[in-house]
Amino acid sequence: MSRATSLVSTDWVQENLSSKNVVFIEVDEDTTLYEKGHIEGAITFHWRDDLQDGLIRDLVSKEKFEALLSKNGITNDSTVILYGGNNNWFATYAFWYFKIYGHQDVRLIDGGRKLWELKGLPLVTEVPTRTASRYVAKDRDNSIRAFRDEVVASIGIKNIVDVRSPAEFSGELAAPAHLPQEGGQIKGHIPGAKNIPWSKAANEDGTFRSNEELSELYKAAGVDFAKETIAYCRIGERSAFSWFVLHELLDLQNVTNYDGSWTEYGSLVGVPVAVGA
Amino acid sequence: MRTCGATPGGPDLAGVDLANQSVIQGAVLRGGISDGVPNGAPVDNAYVRLLDLNGEFTAEVPTNSEGQFRFFAAPGSWTVVVLAHGAREEVIVQAQNGAPVDLIINI
Repeated sequence: MSRATSLVSTDWVQENLSSKNVVFIEVDEDTTLYEKGHIEGAITFHWRDDLQDGLIRDLVSKEKFEALLSKNGITNDSTVILYGGNNNWFATYAFWYFKIYGHQDVRLIDGGRKLWELKGLPLVTEVPTRTASRYVAKDRDNSIRAFRDEVVASIGIKNIVDVRSPAEFSGELAAPAHLPQEGGQIKGHIPGAKNIPWSKAANEDGTFRSNEELSELYKAAGVDFAKETIAYCRIGERSAFSWFVLHELLDLQNVTNYDGSWTEYGSLVGVPVAVGA
Repeated sequence: MRTCGATPGGPDLAGVDLANQSVIQGAVLRGGISDGVPNGAPVDNAYVRLLDLNGEFTAEVPTNSEGQFRFFAAPGSWTVVVLAHGAREEVIVQAQNGAPVDLIINI
């Protein structure tokens, strides 16, 4: 896990648009973006419709994941290249997801859809047809996923990194400023968590900051790289972005994404909560 | 395009509780002239970032098919940054409840 194996540049994408073994997947919260235009040959996954169970709150089952990938002609040997809007929030979530189900070669386009558009690179509206395959997923690798009981037991022991905005961390807001505010949920953060917003890891054009800058960012905020680290946000996608930074770019192996995140923790009965900066 | 509508700039404000919201919105247009009347072609693939008083990132939205964007901020000073192919513009605005900030940003 490193920049070389986890990230590709827009130049690399242009050189590999016709590569047979490469599958480009756009992952967005807003699928109208894909319809408006996407990288030539790219298919799309919807972070909720395709990647959430729908009945219970969880990832889709191994069988459903296999069916999704098989339907889209992805094989176990495919090089899967993910990208998306929102500074790759949902693309990094999908990256984490592919790792959970053991896909070998999955990478992210540095800068995602934003950099592609800012560079004025071509987008197409044609939806590709792909021949179905027979994909076999591995059992879930939960070593990169944190669950609520572990999070509660980790307070004061492991690094807990809250990647939401300062206003969500302090308890002023329950959701990001561009989304409706949710009611019926406690506001605040997990006691002892360090607030290191996801956005600090990204440049203005959506690319990741250098490893030196990233390492300094987390260390300066009090994250001890010798300890295990749990990242969380509101629903687990922005924290997948920060998980990607820590686990893939900085190559720290003891990092998990708590995808239950604040929507779960903030609804638990009796757990400790802190407010303020 | 040269329009002179009643609500130049951002999306229609019908249904927005302006009394209790500090709205910052606008439209990004390319090739126009900043002469007070919105003109130019809507830029539907720009990204608009909202930075707080300290320059810290707060939110980012893509423009819609009309080149428009909207934020629900808090009263105070904010910086709106527009990123588009070959262009970058910054505008400092004062948000307040009751009176939306409505921008025309020519790039």
